[in-house]
Amino acid sequence: MIATLLIALGQVLVAGAGAPLLVGVVRTLKARLAGRRGPSPWQPYADLRKLLGKEPVVSTTTSWVFRATPYVLVATMLVTALVVPILVARPALGFAGNIILLMYLFMLGTFFLALAGLDSGSAFGGMGSSREVAIAALAEPTIILAVFALALRAETINLGDVVERLAREPLLAANPAHLLAFVAFFIVMLAETGRLPVDNPATHLELTMIHEAMVLEYSGRYLALVEWASAMRLFVFMTLLANLFFPWGVTSLAEPVPLLLGLLALAGKLAVLAAALAVLETTVAKLRLFRVPELLAGSFALALLSVTAVFLVP
Amino acid sequence: MAAAGALAAAAIGLVALVLGLGGVAGSAWTVVVDWLVPLGGLELTLDPLAGLFLVLVGGVALPASFYAAGSAERSARGALAYPVFVASMCVVPLAANTMTFVIAWELMSLASYFLVLHEPEERASVRAAWVYAVMTHAGLACLLAGMLLMGAWTGSLRFADWRAAAPGLGAGARGVVFVLLAAGFAGKAGVIPLHVWLPLAHPAAPSHVSALMSGVMIKLGVYGLLRAGLDWLGAGPAWWGVAVLLAGTVSSVIGVLYALVDNDLKKLLAFSSIENVGIILIGVGAGMLYHGAGLEGLALLALAAALYHTLNHATFKALLFLGAGAVVHATGTRNMEAMGGLIKRMPWTAACFLVGSAAIAALPPLNGFVSEWLTFVALLQNTRIAQPMLNLVFALGVAGLALTSGLAMACFVKAFGITFLALPRGDAAARAHEAPPAMRAAMVALAVVCVALGLGATLVVPALVTVAGALTGDRAPVAVGDWLTLGVSGGFATLSTLAIAVALGAALALPLIALRLAGAARGQRRYETWGCGRMLQTPRMEYTATAFADPFRRVFGFFYRPEKRLDITFHPGARYFVQRIEYANPTRSIFDDWLYRPALDALRSVAHRARAIQSGSANVYLAYIFAALLLLLALA
Repeated sequence: MIATLLIALGQVLVAGAGAPLLVGVVRTLKARLAGRRGPSPWQPYADLRKLLGKEPVVSTTTSWVFRATPYVLVATMLVTALVVPILVARPALGFAGNIILLMYLFMLGTFFLALAGLDSGSAFGGMGSSREVAIAALAEPTIILAVFALALRAETINLGDVVERLAREPLLAANPAHLLAFVAFFIVMLAETGRLPVDNPATHLELTMIHEAMVLEYSGRYLALVEWASAMRLFVFMTLLANLFFPWGVTSLAEPVPLLLGLLALAGKLAVLAAALAVLETTVAKLRLFRVPELLAGSFALALLSVTAVFLVP
Repeated sequence: MAAAGALAAAAIGLVALVLGLGGVAGSAWTVVVDWLVPLGGLELTLDPLAGLFLVLVGGVALPASFYAAGSAERSARGALAYPVFVASMCVVPLAANTMTFVIAWELMSLASYFLVLHEPEERASVRAAWVYAVMTHAGLACLLAGMLLMGAWTGSLRFADWRAAAPGLGAGARGVVFVLLAAGFAGKAGVIPLHVWLPLAHPAAPSHVSALMSGVMIKLGVYGLLRAGLDWLGAGPAWWGVAVLLAGTVSSVIGVLYALVDNDLKKLLAFSSIENVGIILIGVGAGMLYHGAGLEGLALLALAAALYHTLNHATFKALLFLGAGAVVHATGTRNMEAMGGLIKRMPWTAACFLVGSAAIAALPPLNGFVSEWLTFVALLQNTRIAQPMLNLVFALGVAGLALTSGLAMACFVKAFGITFLALPRGDAAARAHEAPPAMRAAMVALAVVCVALGLGATLVVPALVTVAGALTGDRAPVAVGDWLTLGVSGGFATLSTLAIAVALGAALALPLIALRLAGAARGQRRYETWGCGRMLQTPRMEYTATAFADPFRRVFGFFYRPEKRLDITFHPGARYFVQRIEYANPTRSIFDDWLYRPALDALRSVAHRARAIQSGSANVYLAYIFAALLLLLALA
């Protein structure tokens, strides 16, 4: 019981404290690739601290929905940190749900953030909300199908069981269906976390921003919470990608040494993914908004192929 | 008058609720009154499935009737039709022979027809009622044909006899009856493309009636499909299940697509009912396929998911319609473009509508999430049927359901956000008032049921499995663990909404406490929204409902086929001065254009030709009769 609680706390700490670093590392890598020195990877922590100390300005147009949303966002992300296998295969709330729950928890956050965008009453907020929900809606089928492809192999949709099964039988992962599902899921991750080529996290140009437009009215501690939550979203998605498709190092034991090894393995996998993301974001341009559905349709086709491959080649 | 009718309906609803709960718990009885109805007498039988639908009728009729009694409207219109409507909906699931069923079914349709014709002075209302009457009677014709054929082939009009005789019928005969019955029931359920009446009729009725029509009446179509596809005709060939599953997928995706672009709040909800019936039918179709393949555990799971969604949709859609009714009552319009900012004027209605929106968008830990989760879990186990073509159908169902849930989330962000948030877009919205206490109480009660059905999933699902078990087999695929954990199919998936709710609550409190402890800045300043340097923020700067749905209109342009109409009137003297600009951006219905319009045109041209023989002279008609007689004699 104590061990479970400690591990739960550990998972939340790793996700909560590691998320800003992950964002910082991607930013630094991108700066280096572009030939700039860039800020230190620890910069996001300083940003959060600065924001927490500032007095927020809240629009008179808004209602309680606007003020509650940052807390809801952080809450959904903290709960996902208890469901996703970050350090251990079966985290504290692993029994409470599976990957479908996870997708709907992300949707809960998107739902409230989109409402908050509309609540400010500015055209930017509404525009951001409208675009964000459009992309989230179109990404949904791909996520479920990619997961379906995985579940077909592992014969379960409980995350812990998928991770353990794939760790035990690595050959299950060594087939084209698995790779297709991985690529599909990666594209969806870009869309769901607002990265290039779907959304540019660094832009503040009115006509191109999506996520930034939605959160434009936030300031002070509210903005800090929103930024922290979106960093955790990136962290959780990348961890999912890392641990579901490459479940090396994720332990089923609640002992210090395997846990430490698990943490190191996770750090390694995330570093690789962060580097891949940085290279991708440096080399591709942002897609026009109405080309994004084509990208998502492409990833959907990959996921569908992956599922069909499982049916046809049992 | 109206209040008396509403109270009578509430009493009927209460009785239905009690009887229905008894039926779900296992009590069964049959009442026969021979003299009341010709051809077999009135025969009512309570079994678990009938009990569940009685619960549905009662559970929605009760709050809806209190809402009606408490609303300020004092017109006598519908005072009789409303209780008749509720009572006939109670009889439909209990009916045990064809005559009882058809009479109750037709009473239900007629009573709701009069309720749809709520404002006989308005053209739109009359047209809605007319389309409804035509479609519902076309459906009735299909039902009657199917039931009479079944009666002729089995020699009985009692459903119990059909059950016994169905396995002896040929595949072709059963297929014909299934198609006829399914078409009739699907029309009532609003399955696309038989849905055209629904978005017209549901918004036209008063809101408590809309709640009952969307929440309950269309579910009786689902009830009929369940009876026809699994009970009366026995297990069918795979194509029955495939047809139901694909019809469900198409209805859910297209229903939500139409809901997304509609700016009429009640019409949006009506389209979303089509979507939810689609989700239910995905579960029903999967259940039929599993049942046909002999996988009883999975069949039970899929059917329980469908029944759960039936129950859930009844609660949150009734809640949303009552909330929409309060909004329409307060603002005098159904057009979302004239709303906004209502959360400040109507906090109770807004909070209840938010719960309903979150539930229908399937957000955890509310009830809509649990039933969609169950449907997914049931669909994802399809590899146990080793037929690639069927697996592909299932995969399409999975993808369709996922797309639907994403689009539904977007749709209800729009429904709640545009209606209730930001600044009021019209004077009526700025002067809106909160609903009276009885209406608020009805909404709060339904919101509480939505939460309870989500958190108490483990108490509901086993009961629904029992109900489904009465239709198919009896192997329980569901286990209940600590924290009300729902375990499905021997550990394939587990879910505990209670644990999620507790964790979410704790995680909500955590940053609040942490910020307090860390001594973060507490106060906040209130100031206007940043308007790029503009001095004054006006509602005209807000995103509109149309603009919100625009990305969808473009992405699914092949389906909506949007048109742009721009009319600019210039000053007659100089083209530099624009006097007025009219801009419209309507979408077209492919079903109207490609299905109903050609069919109606064909009908009209046939009628036109037939006019040639209608001369109006009695002598000519006598000659026709004589000719017809000769022809018949010759044929005989």
